[in-house]
Amino acid sequence: MTTAQSGPTRTLVAPRRPKPARDAVAARSGATRTLISPVRLSQPRGRLVYRIVLALVLLVTTVAFVGPLYWMATGGFKSSQELVRTPPTLFPTHPATHAFTEAWSRLGMGGLLLNTVVYAGGALLLQLLFDVAAAYSLSKLRPALGNVILGMMLASMMIPAAALVIPQYLTVLDLPLVHWNLQDTPWVIWLPTVANAFNIFLLKRFFDSIPNELLDAAAIDGAGPLRVLWSVVLPLSRPILGVVSIFGVVAVWKDFLWPLITVPSHETLNVGVNTAATSMPENSLIAGLFLASIPTIALFLVFQRNIMAGLTAGGLKG
Amino acid sequence: MAVTLTRGPGRVDATRAGSRGQLAALRRTLLRNLRAHAFLVGALLCFVLFTWYPMIREIVMSFQRLHYGETQWVGLANYRQITADPEFWSAWRNTLEFTGVALFFGFAAPFAAAIVINECRHAQGYLRVLVYLPVMLPPVAGILLFKYFMDPGYGLFNQILHALHLPTSSWLASKNTAMPSLVLVSTWGNMGSATLVYLAALQGIPGELYEAAELDGANLWQRIWHVTVPQTRLILSLMLMLQVVATMQMFTESFVLTGGGPEGSTTTVVYLLYNYAFNYDKFNTAAALGVIMLLVLGCFSAVYLWVERRGREA
Repeated sequence: MTTAQSGPTRTLVAPRRPKPARDAVAARSGATRTLISPVRLSQPRGRLVYRIVLALVLLVTTVAFVGPLYWMATGGFKSSQELVRTPPTLFPTHPATHAFTEAWSRLGMGGLLLNTVVYAGGALLLQLLFDVAAAYSLSKLRPALGNVILGMMLASMMIPAAALVIPQYLTVLDLPLVHWNLQDTPWVIWLPTVANAFNIFLLKRFFDSIPNELLDAAAIDGAGPLRVLWSVVLPLSRPILGVVSIFGVVAVWKDFLWPLITVPSHETLNVGVNTAATSMPENSLIAGLFLASIPTIALFLVFQRNIMAGLTAGGLKG
Repeated sequence: MAVTLTRGPGRVDATRAGSRGQLAALRRTLLRNLRAHAFLVGALLCFVLFTWYPMIREIVMSFQRLHYGETQWVGLANYRQITADPEFWSAWRNTLEFTGVALFFGFAAPFAAAIVINECRHAQGYLRVLVYLPVMLPPVAGILLFKYFMDPGYGLFNQILHALHLPTSSWLASKNTAMPSLVLVSTWGNMGSATLVYLAALQGIPGELYEAAELDGANLWQRIWHVTVPQTRLILSLMLMLQVVATMQMFTESFVLTGGGPEGSTTTVVYLLYNYAFNYDKFNTAAALGVIMLLVLGCFSAVYLWVERRGREA
């Protein structure tokens, strides 16, 4: 356990250095030093300036990022007349919930939600299954031409996805060799998400950091590659699997152009809200937007830590 | 502690095996490879089907046309058609305008936000969550919300501007302000992820550097310019490239907010591509546009890599 603090290790997800000082006490004790020196901050003048700046930052950020969401959350409780009133009202004058029920039924929110959950869930499962297997193979089993394949996968990260939409669309209308038409089936969302080079890159880098001795020990005990993957590699990889899963779900949830053209009669939440938007009264539209935002916001608040860690997991620091 | 053990393909102990064992070793290598490829095949198939094959197909079909149900080679006709369309040039202009403005704000804003948040000794977690919150919305929800805010009449933005006795704007309704309005929406919705990435990079800067700079008499701006920026240069340039590639593909904001208008001022390249395919039913011309887009962004990536490498050598 003595190795636990021996400088930057190669773990992908864990923070690589001491957490940023959360309070002034820690900052003064010299945990981390940033742009402004702790000495300066502990002087009376510095402390005053800091307090003012902090208050301003909190105010501006809250207004800029929570303000719109607040407006969205309360907007549904207002009447359409109240929403377009001058001057605007900060609180609903006669809060009513019927905009929410109307939004739910007019948007077909239940159906949209179900579709999106099915798309995101299936995409997640397939991604975990195939991308983990591929990354494991590329990292530990090292097949012939493995590096070439990895290189070609990574090169596809450079391709702007939107530029390939036309041939991709034609491909899913008539899958080569088997001639299946995948349009309006969940497969059309699920399968392309597997071709995610970033996932494979992240997973492979994580697997690379797992010592081979561990795998060899398991192999000597008679475990085949599948068993090694399942009983040794995967339990060690929980953090990175969490990251890949969350981003996999969010990517499907937020996608627009692809579901717009490939699943026109089983729309996702994102596309469906847009389709219905033009024909809805202002207040139920706002209520609908709020309802549509709840699932991912909830997901975020629950998995906040993993998501934050995942953003730095790209190892972008070099 | 760095563990970078690699396993060469020749890990099978062929050397120790005698000449008699060579066949068995070969068989073992073959079997091992087969098994490794079996793990790879699912993902590989998806890449082939949805990335590599479409790419080739796009290039091929950009030289073809469907004529009474028959595919014909038409040379550069599709390219001539698309470049003869005045919308083609305005779409590129619009896209570049969006990219330019979005970079100006979308690049500076998250970096500034990250620097400020990093200096906060309190409420850092709260600030981080706030900045990232819009990223988690379904994009259409955020976009439509801003459509309501940006209404020239009753919209919240104009009401606030009016109350502050500032000039109001026609936002999406005028062709001069439509594109900047889209940038505003897109920056609000997306800056969170860049901010958090920068924040992580900032926390990697050793405090001694600031200490030394301060001893040398560097003021706040000099410390930012001579310590913070160089220390995060690598990630700044990477994010710059990612952002250019992302903003060049802008579609959703235009589609949802303005439908490409007013007067085509927010029709982006991807929007035009979508129109050609799904409104004008000209898939091959759309493919030609797709190839042009691949080429432009490919050139951009190549230039980026070249500059990046030269920067590292220098």
